[in-house]
Amino acid sequence: MAERLLPAATSRSRARLVALCAGPAVLFGLVTLIGPLVAVVVLSLTDYRLGAAHFSFIGTRNFVALAHDPVFRHSFANTLLYSALVVPASTLAGLGLALLIDARPAMRAFYRTVHFLPVMAATIAAAVVWEFMLNPSLGLVNLLLAQVGIAGPRWLEDPKTALLSLALIGVWQSCGFNMVLFLTGLTSIAPQYREAAAVDGAAHAWDRFWLVTWPLLRPITAFVVVISVIRSFQLFETVYVITGGGPQKSTEVLLYTMFSEAFEFFRTGRGAAIAVVFLALVGTLTLVRFWLFADRSPS
Amino acid sequence: MKIRAPRRLAGSIARHLLLCTSGLLCLLPFVWMLSTASKPANEIFSRHLHFLPQHFAGWRNVATVFASVPMLRYLANGVVVVALIFALQLAIALPCAYVLAKVPFRGRRLLFGAVLFCLMLPPQAVAIPQFLLAQRLGLIDTWWAMALPYLVSAFGIYLLRQYFRTIPDELLDAARLDGFGEFAIVFRLMLPVSLPAVTAFGIFSVTTHWNEFFWPQIVLSSPDKLTPPLGIAFFRNEEAGTDYGALMAAAAIVIAPLVLAFLLAQRRFIEGIALTGLKS
Repeated sequence: MAERLLPAATSRSRARLVALCAGPAVLFGLVTLIGPLVAVVVLSLTDYRLGAAHFSFIGTRNFVALAHDPVFRHSFANTLLYSALVVPASTLAGLGLALLIDARPAMRAFYRTVHFLPVMAATIAAAVVWEFMLNPSLGLVNLLLAQVGIAGPRWLEDPKTALLSLALIGVWQSCGFNMVLFLTGLTSIAPQYREAAAVDGAAHAWDRFWLVTWPLLRPITAFVVVISVIRSFQLFETVYVITGGGPQKSTEVLLYTMFSEAFEFFRTGRGAAIAVVFLALVGTLTLVRFWLFADRSPS
Repeated sequence: MKIRAPRRLAGSIARHLLLCTSGLLCLLPFVWMLSTASKPANEIFSRHLHFLPQHFAGWRNVATVFASVPMLRYLANGVVVVALIFALQLAIALPCAYVLAKVPFRGRRLLFGAVLFCLMLPPQAVAIPQFLLAQRLGLIDTWWAMALPYLVSAFGIYLLRQYFRTIPDELLDAARLDGFGEFAIVFRLMLPVSLPAVTAFGIFSVTTHWNEFFWPQIVLSSPDKLTPPLGIAFFRNEEAGTDYGALMAAAAIVIAPLVLAFLLAQRRFIEGIALTGLKS
């Protein structure tokens, strides 16, 4: 035991050691994380404007105002819609890729690397590239569609397809991440299970998948879905750089609305109220995640 | 066996076909970026689909980028910010993880619970008060403001604590008998012994903050302080206009460092990033 050999004057010198070691983390944690968390809730109940000398508490008026604000309602709905587009697609793509890559050893590392590359690209630079890819007349996507005789849509410039375009970029960037999570799950499934299933008559790969792999992958799938939803709620970069929330507010999403309220219109209290809504959404999902994994609690 | 061999072959071919197709889709934006970056303007605007430029204009596009924005400066800023953040995070996380893993004290469970709680906290949610704090401290538009929200990395503390727990106490006892003080144990024994965990933490921290946009966009404003992602956003909005060749060259310059680092140490990167997903 470590404590056995700690110097004789244990309790006092140990208290000093703990204070010295954990002190900075506790102090900075309180100032930079816990304090701001309390402050954002308090701010959401005020009419504070950035740089103003005074502010007063206005109860839940910010939240009531948000509930009646068409921009915020758009933003909330768009965030959920974006999530509904990206999460299923990137989860299924990640699972499919992981199963295919894991199925045979040939070129496994190569395929993993290729599909992981988009994760490494700075989102902002990728956004700039995708904006040009989706340029209606000069972009690769519509040039390719033209080859097969399809007149491509105006993608990011059309309110009907703008959010879909952002979802496309989101799936491109997150499926490699999900693939890696699934691969981690797959490698932890001992090959004996599948061999045993094969011996027991599950001759087709498809049968083995449903009998063995899928039940063992279900927990990690639930996990991937939850963190994909949280990540999709954090959409900001592509909106900021490419669309600015437009056209016609069709890509206005929570974090972007929060950013513009707080740092462009200086309505800090209102921005904080959006942050609280965002926090509540992510917090609910985190609880769902705990609930899903309660019986397999890690240490 | 006679029946299964051709089926295995068919399965193998199908697997390669599917993976090559999806791989191509993943790479297409990178290919188009490099292709456009090496074309002159008239070819970019020709509306004729071709990947290889008829006249190579790559160097001219790169030269345009460097002539209009201080790209090297941005890259250097990125390195400074990333190094500063990781150094501070490590200095704060290592000792804290050590007492959490190896020194029993009252409130240890509470502290660990707080670390787990902070792990769940989405950073953007507390950005507004953090900005007000940075403003109050007079740190706006400095590197210190960049580091402020990340000083205490709950992920780093958690990861190191988990790793420290696997290090046998006998090793620490032996070091104490050799006259190591507790701080020497943290920085001269635990740090080198836990290099794999420290590396994973480093990869996570560096990739996150090199690519980060939300917070730096809020606190940095001087043109000479921008990090690479802010730099390319600035270049797109203020300088490039419809000079897509130069814009794609700038994107390639921003993307290249991390992608190259990743290609050189793929396994470590993938493990490091996977850990961040599985972080709780």
